[in-house]
Amino acid sequence: MLDQTEGFVTEDGRKIGPVVMEMKNITLRFGGVVAIKDISFDIREGEIRAIIGPNGAGKSSMLNVISGFYHPQEGEVWYKGAKRPAMKPYQVARQGIARTFQNIALFEGMSVLDNVMTGRFRQMTSGFWAQALWKGPAEREEIANREAVERIIDFLEIQHIRKTPVGRLPYGLKKRVELARALAAEPSILLLDEPMAGMNVEEKEDMSRFILDVNDEFGTTIALIEHDMGVVMDLSDRVVVMDYGKKIGDGTPDEVRNNQDVIDAYLGVAHD
Amino acid sequence: MLYREAGDFKTSYVADSQTFPIKFDRYRYYAVLIIGFAFIPFVINDYWVNAIFLPFLIYSIAAIGLNILTGYCGQVSLGTGGFMAVGAYACYKLMTAFPEVSILIHVLLAGGITAGVGVLFGLPSLRIKGFYLAVATLAAQFFLVWLFNRVPWFYNYSASGQINAPERTMFGVPVTGPETAAWAAYLFCLVLTVFCALIARNLTRGMMGRKWMAIRDMDIAAEIIGVNPLMAKLSAFAVSSFFVGVAGALFFAVYLGAVEVGEAFGITKSFLVLFMVIIGGLGSIFGSFAGAAFLVLLPVVLKLVGVDLLGWPTDLVAHLQLIIVGALIVLFLIVEPHGLAQLWRVAKEKLRLWPFPH
Ligand SMILES: Nc1ncnc2c1ncn2[C@@H]1O[C@H](COP(=O)(O)OP(=O)(O)OP(=O)(O)O)[C@@H](O)[C@H]1O
Ligand SMILES: [Mg+2]
Repeated sequence: MLDQTEGFVTEDGRKIGPVVMEMKNITLRFGGVVAIKDISFDIREGEIRAIIGPNGAGKSSMLNVISGFYHPQEGEVWYKGAKRPAMKPYQVARQGIARTFQNIALFEGMSVLDNVMTGRFRQMTSGFWAQALWKGPAEREEIANREAVERIIDFLEIQHIRKTPVGRLPYGLKKRVELARALAAEPSILLLDEPMAGMNVEEKEDMSRFILDVNDEFGTTIALIEHDMGVVMDLSDRVVVMDYGKKIGDGTPDEVRNNQDVIDAYLGVAHD
Repeated sequence: MLYREAGDFKTSYVADSQTFPIKFDRYRYYAVLIIGFAFIPFVINDYWVNAIFLPFLIYSIAAIGLNILTGYCGQVSLGTGGFMAVGAYACYKLMTAFPEVSILIHVLLAGGITAGVGVLFGLPSLRIKGFYLAVATLAAQFFLVWLFNRVPWFYNYSASGQINAPERTMFGVPVTGPETAAWAAYLFCLVLTVFCALIARNLTRGMMGRKWMAIRDMDIAAEIIGVNPLMAKLSAFAVSSFFVGVAGALFFAVYLGAVEVGEAFGITKSFLVLFMVIIGGLGSIFGSFAGAAFLVLLPVVLKLVGVDLLGWPTDLVAHLQLIIVGALIVLFLIVEPHGLAQLWRVAKEKLRLWPFPH
């Protein structure tokens, strides 16, 4: 068992930090449906942590628990060394946890730029009157944050559409704008729910590159759900495998790939 | 001079987030301001002020207010008339209780009081949405009108149940009361309209506006990425009601001078302002002006053309007006929810590329 408070270096030389988030014995029920059954796992600073599993396994529900959107009936969420009290989603976001959604959740009536700027709520704190009079601090803040947002827009190569209303964009670009909005918050943990779903090979390669670059350049911790095994094995440092709300595997991609339970789940061996 | 962006490069983000990024638009805006402040006051008479300019300016403020709530924040309201009444009665009570204080301050305070009332009636929006919220604001509309009718304290126990605006001056010139000159009333309203429009513009292009629009477009996503829905919705109710309250105060004190609440601020007023916002364009400050101008001018133009020029009977023209407005509402709701403002934007887009559309 690895030490919780210390980092380590992986075989391919990536530095992984101490545990930043820990899920302890999480159980989540919707009426009679048990979406998550007594699951524990941790996320370490600077790593790319994948959550995989067949449809309906409870992956998105787990992300929603981390986001504070679902409140588990049992279990605890620990963040940065402290037990997290029950929180509203916006409070969780303000602690530095940003995310994207399985079914894109952008603000369709707003431009790409405004969508991404909305992600800067943590950095933009000037008061009501300053904003109303658009003087001094509010304007300076807007400019400074606009610069930061433009860097993210350049980074994700969406300069050409910055003034376009999001509703008019094709699917692949929307996914990218959503990532930009999440990045704009400069999160400590980035949650990505199937960032490559519905993309063609080329778009998937682009997206994989962006995810690796984000992790590399900003040191952002990333937890992602993905169905494409090739992508998961390439990107992630450690993988949690879920099936029917239970955790059936947890470890490096190689360990998980050779785990019999995981193989059974993916080959569709009948459950008892 | 061509209408172009080319050669008008933005070298800073300050320049890019200006209200009018294209030079030509900026000049036109300054021209409108100069004409509004330095030319019109010298040429207008009572008829033009009362038939067009005062209602246009005052409804513009109300439409901006409703547009912030409905167009930007996505919260439907049918209570605009009621909130205008709050502004009017607050202004009346302040004017009569503190006669020595400037009318300008009373009007702004009336807006502030309306903002408070707006927040109160906005509380249900945290639980209910869409149609149900519209019904709740409709209830507010009827309740407020009933309240101002029934509680004599609001109309200072006057026998008629009406409220009358006493004479108040700015720099020694009367702006309310029967002695008011047309130009003085006009200028007073113009200053407040420009002030409100600037505030609204600044708020909507900053973080506040983005939070409102985020709530409008997808409230759950907005909350998960960090927007506090309580603060966003209530601030929209507060700001919106402030403008509507200022409009109500001006409507009573400067425009009508005497008000019977059910008549001046009934449900028809709520619909009128809502129609202005829909025709002008949801989510656009310019559209609020366009919608107000359109619905203020329509009856005047119809009367001019229909009754005076063509000699049609008055009631026919009145019906024609209803038909036109109704048809336009349906048309805009189905074809172009962003209203006149969007038509204007599309026209400009075409003009920018003209004469080579590809
Ligand atoms: N809000 C909800 N109300 C009721 N049941 C829910 C709710 N959200 C999820 N569930 C149920 O919880 C289980 C897990 O769903 P979840 O969306 O987490 O799966 P998933 O692993 O993300 O699947 P997919 O790969 O299809 O996205 C499913 O049986 C689902 O029907
Ligand atoms: Mg899912």
